[in-house]
Amino acid sequence: MNPDAVIRAEQLRKNYGDVAAVDGISFEVPPGESFGLLGPNGAGKSTTMKMIGGVSQRTSGKLSIMGLDPDVNGPEVRAHLGVVPQQDNLDEELKVRENLIVYGRYFGLPLSYLRPKADELLEFAQLTDKAKSRVDALSGGMKRRLTIARSLINEPKILLLDEPTTGLDPQARHILWDRLFRLKEQGVTLILTTHYMDEAEQLCDRLIVVDKGRIMAEGSPASLIREHSTREVLELRFGSERNATIGAELQGVGERLETLPDRVLIYAEDGETALEQVSARGLHPLTSLVRRSSLEDVFLRLTGRSLVD
Amino acid sequence: MTDEPLTSGTDKQFPTAASALRAHPPAVSAARARRWGSFFYAEQVLRVMRGYSWSFIMYSIAQPAAYLFAMGVGLATLVDANGAAAFGGVSYLQFIAPALIVSAAVMTASGEFSYPIMDGFKWRRVFYGPHASPLVPQQIAAGHVLAVTLKFLVQSVAYFVIVALFGGSPGAWGWMSALVATLAGLSFGLPLMAYASSITKDSGQFALVQRFIVVPLFLFSGTFFPLDSLPVAVRWVGWISPVWHGTELGRVFTYGMEENPVLTVIHVAYLVAAAAAGWILTRRQFVKRMGQ
Repeated sequence: MNPDAVIRAEQLRKNYGDVAAVDGISFEVPPGESFGLLGPNGAGKSTTMKMIGGVSQRTSGKLSIMGLDPDVNGPEVRAHLGVVPQQDNLDEELKVRENLIVYGRYFGLPLSYLRPKADELLEFAQLTDKAKSRVDALSGGMKRRLTIARSLINEPKILLLDEPTTGLDPQARHILWDRLFRLKEQGVTLILTTHYMDEAEQLCDRLIVVDKGRIMAEGSPASLIREHSTREVLELRFGSERNATIGAELQGVGERLETLPDRVLIYAEDGETALEQVSARGLHPLTSLVRRSSLEDVFLRLTGRSLVD
Repeated sequence: MTDEPLTSGTDKQFPTAASALRAHPPAVSAARARRWGSFFYAEQVLRVMRGYSWSFIMYSIAQPAAYLFAMGVGLATLVDANGAAAFGGVSYLQFIAPALIVSAAVMTASGEFSYPIMDGFKWRRVFYGPHASPLVPQQIAAGHVLAVTLKFLVQSVAYFVIVALFGGSPGAWGWMSALVATLAGLSFGLPLMAYASSITKDSGQFALVQRFIVVPLFLFSGTFFPLDSLPVAVRWVGWISPVWHGTELGRVFTYGMEENPVLTVIHVAYLVAAAAAGWILTRRQFVKRMGQ
């Protein structure tokens, strides 16, 4: 047990009726770490986040945030946190800057602090020129950045981000990742859920892979890949008719074979060599691609399913 | 609410340098939220309302003036020509003035305690922003109620002033009718808020409330004619109506309507009880819905 952990969950469980959304998970997060929950929709990530965020009572198990029990000391726990929910819930009828000020008032922060702080955060979120716009005039990426700026108004040491970049275009995602990386550099503990592998690889020091409310694996992105996958992956497409039947002919190439409806994955230390072996057997795929292993492969290995269906 | 004052001199001395700005510790945030949280949320609601100040001013001044002119001056010339006995010896304008003040508050309640609640839980989910802050669900509910109560009060005082200018409130205690209207607004509005916070699927319920509850209450609550002139079979609409209890109470204050003191106490008790019951149910519903 890490005595410095800012978040500690032990056998955490949440039932909705007879269904266990979170089925006894345990983890610890030390201060300053960027910790991810990776899993498909319905894995229990958001429910876990709500319990950490002190807005959903657990069914059983132990949970402490900064040493406090969120079910007992809800306001005290939430005062430590910044929260970026999955769905934006900004005050659309208020101006951009006013959204930050109003939110800061919920923490009892005085206007003498909030006015300059709001300007500082707008700068951080690259929204200074939108300060006086109405929220409904912002793009999706801008709203997301405003939500992140809002979550920082109380200078939280822990930031909860529930699928922060879902629905954003690639450029908007990269801007957001950059901002989150800066927060990490400032020592803010980031807890984020995502079903994007690249996001988890970019942002997380350590993560848990969650499926059906349980932890399937835990570790840094690199160690998870090392442990559950090979260095490289060869992706072959033989056409949807043949993908399923070609498996037998590919036996022995690489370390492991995974057949998906649209392609065949060959896990190997050296993808190019594997491809040569395939050609040597007289097999000619329509397309071939050698890439590095990713968390997607880890997830596929652990659960037999893709992350994003 | 006024606009935020311009940046003070102090702020200019400490520009947006990160080093100069420090939020107070989380324990202070939590303690302040526990104590003042309802007011913090009320501030948000009032800031949103400020965006609609122009329509609020029109609603609070132009509408009463139009009603008083049409009913109290136009219709009153016909009614008063038939003698004032039917209205307890006062002019028709004086008879309907307290009813109009109360009705206006109830109409406002039917708007402020319905759609915005659905908006908070479902449409734009605005309640879930503060829910992640140190505020608790019952404070979010209370903040909304506080802000709307202030709106009732401002609107009712404005209405009363216009009534007084038209000569509709001869008694010295007439201003009390603004407080009565505020209470009537809550007594109708809080049960509605409890209902609104229990709806998870919008299928036009609020339009039905408007048509089949608000309008009948407005028409059959002794607003334009004494409840006694209705057949006994429909008088019950008045008896259960916050509009009737509020209107009768308002009449006691504006022109000293003679009434059995027991009945006056019943009016107050009814209004307070309906508001209290509505608040208890609302509070329970907010806690239940946001704690899942």
